[in-house]
Amino acid sequence: MKTFLNSAKVPLIAFVVLWVLGIFVNFSFNSYIQLILIYIMINMILAMSLNLVNGYTGQFSLGHAGFMASGAYTSAYLSTVIPMPAGAMQLPYFFALALAGGLVASVAGLLVGLPSLRLKGDYLAIVTLGFGEIIRVTLLNTDAVGGARGMYGIVGPTDWSLAGIPISRFMGGFTHALIWVLVCFFTIWRIIRSAHGRAFLSVREDEVAAESMGINTTRAKVLAFVLSSFFAGVAGAIFAHYANYLNPSSFTFMRSVDAVIMVVLGGMGSLSGSLLAAIFITVIPEALRPIQEMTGYDLRMVIYSLSLVLLMILRPQGLFGKYEITEALPWLQKFFKKSKATATTDGGAS
Amino acid sequence: MSTPLLEARSITMQFGGLKAVDSLQFQIQKGELMGLIGPNGAGKTTVFNMLTGVYQPTQGDVIFDGQSIKGKKPWQVSHLGMTRTFQNIRLFKELSVLENVLVASNQQIEYGFFSPLLKTKKFLDQEVALRKEALELLRIFHLEGKANDEASSLPYGEQRKLEIIRALATKPKLICLDEPAAGMNHNETHALMETIAKIRKDFHLTVLLIEHDMKLVMGICERIVVLDHGVKIEEGTPEKIQASKKVIEAYLGTDEDLQGSSSTTGGH
Repeated sequence: MKTFLNSAKVPLIAFVVLWVLGIFVNFSFNSYIQLILIYIMINMILAMSLNLVNGYTGQFSLGHAGFMASGAYTSAYLSTVIPMPAGAMQLPYFFALALAGGLVASVAGLLVGLPSLRLKGDYLAIVTLGFGEIIRVTLLNTDAVGGARGMYGIVGPTDWSLAGIPISRFMGGFTHALIWVLVCFFTIWRIIRSAHGRAFLSVREDEVAAESMGINTTRAKVLAFVLSSFFAGVAGAIFAHYANYLNPSSFTFMRSVDAVIMVVLGGMGSLSGSLLAAIFITVIPEALRPIQEMTGYDLRMVIYSLSLVLLMILRPQGLFGKYEITEALPWLQKFFKKSKATATTDGGAS
Repeated sequence: MSTPLLEARSITMQFGGLKAVDSLQFQIQKGELMGLIGPNGAGKTTVFNMLTGVYQPTQGDVIFDGQSIKGKKPWQVSHLGMTRTFQNIRLFKELSVLENVLVASNQQIEYGFFSPLLKTKKFLDQEVALRKEALELLRIFHLEGKANDEASSLPYGEQRKLEIIRALATKPKLICLDEPAAGMNHNETHALMETIAKIRKDFHLTVLLIEHDMKLVMGICERIVVLDHGVKIEEGTPEKIQASKKVIEAYLGTDEDLQGSSSTTGGH
């Protein structure tokens, strides 16, 4: 029990703080801003999970959209089979659907990973890219999930009230997404700081040496890949139920590229970097809309691309490199240190 | 004689038409410090790669501690208790010195996938114990002060040392050192000799050493196997090797070569 409290303390504090922030957004901003916030969170999960493969394990996957699609369609399809319960049971319902979506995606990850992770670098990128396209084209041709028309009217969080207090659709979706963002963050954060994570890192650094030191590198790579696809599937499920609409064209190659951009921009091997990059990549195109309205030209993508080029020239290692924000801000690290159980020998933050 | 710790049973490695190693046979007794020498391209590193599972021998078998390592992957061989260092240093460059050692102790962990997520007592206890052990190992080699430095920031000699420490962290029975003195100056080589003697004594290790530096080999090895063109040409004590005509010929050439009967050198 004591260890459970210790392990759940920081995530719970983070949840409460961010949830209060969500209430603020709920009352202060319109549904457009709220939607962007949800998309930021979905992108955060995508970026963090891809970072596990591309950043920490040093493999190059370009098929993240495929895993996201598997999760999204699984969850959406299940919601047509199992009707949504009312009120308070909504959250566990969507949580369970996302879990199912994640599990299906991780099975897909296992099936792709086992044969293809023997390949390295560009070759692996091509194989994963191909896989992502296979998933998309399969969905495009499966009538049970709408084919090219996509799926309409997918159930999502609704407005309801708890003892007279109205709870909005946004708060339902936000709470659900927030839980998964935190689960994803703390899972990866803690795995990386365990023996499993050290195996991932050693594969990135030198596969031959890792193997000689007794690391089953195939297992490490597949584990990272499966975990990464799981969270991509979860992100897909959250997306499906908040957008209420799915179409295979949402999961094109460009979606995978977006995820890679977020990882590289934030820093390969930095979760804080992924979080920041997810915000940046989601917000910039939206924030540039007024410029389009003023000039009449669609300069958004030009500015967006230019800012990426500039960032990569000025900071090729990404915003954070391989470091976390706790390492840049010592007082934050102190906070983490205080609230954790491990003894003095622990080198990194919790 | 007791059963050897390692036995190479006429192992052959063929790359296409080239026989890099041809029916090589040797044994290493427990606790022994054996050297494997030979001119450039004699096939020494190929032998290492066969012993540690990087290459599968085309023919023959390697018996380690009573078990055949045929078909075993390098990580499985490492779990059996045979580990190695590399000719060109292969540290985990961007990880800290401590992390480099911790990676090698991974095979000792008993906690599963979910333990670190829930920070179970088992996980915390084992992590603390492993770190303590790793730091202790670093302390023995006077590297504990640099435990949190990036491995690539160490000077060359210390990187070599860290490779040995990392190999020791796998708790091996046999450690194979692939040219540990490569690129070292006289003083560094001397310090290395002491290190090797020390790990052997303190960790009750058996050592197989590939080396070019004759002073090092003759100074510490008890028995030496000489390889030339993939074939064992001599085996014995350093004194015997130094006196061997075949070995001198392999390294320096024969009298006929000197008389200049042919202008070509290299493989025959």
